[in-house]
Amino acid sequence: MAQGTVRSMNLRSMIKQNIRNYSMVMMLAVIMIAFAFLTDGVNLNSRNFTNIIIQNSYILLLAVGMILVIIVGNIDLSVGSVVAFIGAISAMLYNSGIGLFWTVVLSILVGLIIGVFQGVWIAYAKIPAFIVTLAGMMLFRGLTYIITNVSPIAIKDDEFKQLASGMVNIDALTVNNVYYTAIIVGAAVYLLYVLSEIIGRRSKIKYGFEVPPIGVFLFKIIIIGLLIMGLSQRFSTYRGIPTVVLVLGVTILFFSFITNNTVIGRYIYAVGGNARSAKLSGINSELVVFVVHVIMGGICGLAAVIFTGYMNSALPQAGVNFELDAISACFIGGASTSGGIGTVIGAIVGGLVMAAINNGMSLMNIQAPWQYVVKALVLLLAVYYDIYTRRKTGLG
Amino acid sequence: MSDYILEIKNLTKDFPGVRALDNVSLKVKRGEIHSICGENGAGKSTLMSVISGVYPKGTYEGKVFFKGKETHYHSVKDSERDGLAIIHQELALSPYLSIYENIFLGHMKTRFGIINWNKYIKESRHYLEQVGLHENPATIVSKMGVGKQQLVEIARALSKKVELLILDEPTSSLNDEESEKLLQLIRQLKAQGITCIMISHKLNEVLEIADTVTVLRDGKSISTYDVKQDQLTESRLIRDMVGRDLTTRFPEREHKVGEVVMEVKNWSVYHPDYHSIKVVDSASFYVRKGEIVAFCGPMGAGRTELMMSLYGQSYGSRSEGELYLFGKKVELRSPREAIQAGLGYVSEDRKNLGLILIQDVKSNISISSLPKLSRLGVVNTHEEISAAERYKEELRIKTPSIMQLTRNLSGGNQQKVALSKCLLADPEIFIVDEPTRGIDVGAKSEIYHILTDIVQKGKSIILVTSELPEAIGLADRIYVMNEGCIKGMLTREEATQEKIMHIALLN
Repeated sequence: MAQGTVRSMNLRSMIKQNIRNYSMVMMLAVIMIAFAFLTDGVNLNSRNFTNIIIQNSYILLLAVGMILVIIVGNIDLSVGSVVAFIGAISAMLYNSGIGLFWTVVLSILVGLIIGVFQGVWIAYAKIPAFIVTLAGMMLFRGLTYIITNVSPIAIKDDEFKQLASGMVNIDALTVNNVYYTAIIVGAAVYLLYVLSEIIGRRSKIKYGFEVPPIGVFLFKIIIIGLLIMGLSQRFSTYRGIPTVVLVLGVTILFFSFITNNTVIGRYIYAVGGNARSAKLSGINSELVVFVVHVIMGGICGLAAVIFTGYMNSALPQAGVNFELDAISACFIGGASTSGGIGTVIGAIVGGLVMAAINNGMSLMNIQAPWQYVVKALVLLLAVYYDIYTRRKTGLG
Repeated sequence: MSDYILEIKNLTKDFPGVRALDNVSLKVKRGEIHSICGENGAGKSTLMSVISGVYPKGTYEGKVFFKGKETHYHSVKDSERDGLAIIHQELALSPYLSIYENIFLGHMKTRFGIINWNKYIKESRHYLEQVGLHENPATIVSKMGVGKQQLVEIARALSKKVELLILDEPTSSLNDEESEKLLQLIRQLKAQGITCIMISHKLNEVLEIADTVTVLRDGKSISTYDVKQDQLTESRLIRDMVGRDLTTRFPEREHKVGEVVMEVKNWSVYHPDYHSIKVVDSASFYVRKGEIVAFCGPMGAGRTELMMSLYGQSYGSRSEGELYLFGKKVELRSPREAIQAGLGYVSEDRKNLGLILIQDVKSNISISSLPKLSRLGVVNTHEEISAAERYKEELRIKTPSIMQLTRNLSGGNQQKVALSKCLLADPEIFIVDEPTRGIDVGAKSEIYHILTDIVQKGKSIILVTSELPEAIGLADRIYVMNEGCIKGMLTREEATQEKIMHIALLN
């Protein structure tokens, strides 16, 4: 292929290959718009937008870890209990006066250690992850009760709370209650995104690879732009960018990069896709499974401090059913129960679908019992749609 | 007019791209022991699957008559009801159930859905007596050896009032004593009026027990002999089994061999589940630089097991023996270490062991070489895509794009992807296991060219193959295996199909 010639992809085959990704985002958009009508647009206002993100940040974080576990072909039922356990530890650490930074670092460390513990049983003792994490679910709930004496631990001051509900703002950039920091950060992120897309496309063309038609390329850039700028505008007119959005954003970007661009990421997909074949291809599959569970543990640590901050105390009953929300997010987001298929972005979109439904129904004064019923149906239908399209298109 | 219990007329069965059975006709007399012989892939198992209804009526052409009536089986259940039972090479017992439960599984009578087990335990004793198995009916079958499990299978067939019993390689996993007992049992069953069809590679057993022998070759019925009348000999049978022409053209090459690069001494491999059974027994061989060394032998000879065991302990509960690579003794504990030591393995089982079917062509090709294609743990996608594109061109992988999922490719192209993966990892010694199984003629010849190119570049290949012409056409030397042992070695000059079969099946 001569240099400089642009090979354009066939639009139809491109859509066919990515139909799953598109339809998830479309589903999220439809749900948001439907609730906008049902709630007279309340769900789209700045304050609500900020709240949705903060209230679901720890679930979204857990979904990022869970998607790795699910891609590698396992499941983790222990995350709720682990979050409660580390939450209690983080409260104790913080109250002892070591400061917020060290509290976060040590909490993540405890999570990693828990991950090592469960990972050894799963990867090397070859006990099914379902069993190990089921045991972990009971074990860490029990330990939480033991260390907390089954009573909440209050946080001694308000600094911890800032982790979850705090905002990142530069005071000089706040004019008439509009937080321009959010706009500027949004614009910067968007600029970086556009640059990386252009560089990626250029080098693909240089190497003679297929690229999407220029129209599709521009369309995508504009849509993403509207999304990013829309989001930062919402933040700017309420209280600025929530700290958790930065934490979440960095986590999502980091693990998207890990899964898409790194050797360990490819190994995770390979082991989940066909463990025996991966092993024969020279992959240390035990190590891959182990690492995934360690990562999940670390993310539990991060989610635990954010949740504790959000509640402003560590509750012995914290985190109940978190694992189910995280797992649902992954499957709504297109992961395969048999492993090997799934994306970080998909899990996040799946988590947001659930969040939007929860929030919209709350705004309509529909109570939790019905929210469960609706979420159950969404999970069933989303996975059915997934299986249906895969069978029809013969794609993975 | 039921002199023949089973009659097959002009049976043809096609699989995509392959004609497995081609106009086969066969007659089995009531009450005889009829043996069917043929090389791997001659169509024996397919034929039995048609007879027993695994392939339902309508998926094949031709007619099958059982007890004088044309059969219309939709599943194995139908044929069992008719009094036809098949015992497969791989036993089909439920391992964690007891003997008596296995005997009556699937055909027990219940009263209001409740099973009277005591009645069945009593009945099972009768059948166990008949097959000469002195075990408590409550014994869990996985606790017994393979030989005894086989007897349970036969007891199970008897409990279904079998009239025609098909045994597929019944003695392949038995030792001499057990085999002798089994043959004795088959004679007894004959005396009771049960007809037996026995598929076997062990020609001495065939001549010992069979009344009639039919030889299949390349899906065709070649000859039928009356063992006594025709004074049938093993040589005669072998000639019929291999009488295949060397029709495929093999690429010419210079045979330039260098120093020994791999040497294996007294390598034994133990069964993954039955830790005391040796699957491979004291195999010793060597491979030189620039050489294609073929391993031939019937199915179950232990070739794949030997190779996978050498390739970083990928098979078996344990192994013993010495492996030397490039003059140095090595111990490879995982495929990863094997790859680092310069080995590459292309599995016979593409779909389960060779490829990740839900991933695209590119990812499958690069998976063994990602550390090479990356910096600081980040994959260089451009290099990866270039490498995949290069092999797509070189090996002529027919796919719309390297982003296509491998499960959507044909068998031949999947095999090329598996080969590409191995090529990209750039080993010195390739172990290629049945590289042309189940792929069409055109792709076969392309695979032969790829293999030839590899040795021309000074690499070495161990070629495990069941196709004798392939071994003779490609290899510098041929090791012949059977029953877990290397029975002999032939050079390119002396190798003929008949000699290989003689070494494998006699002595």
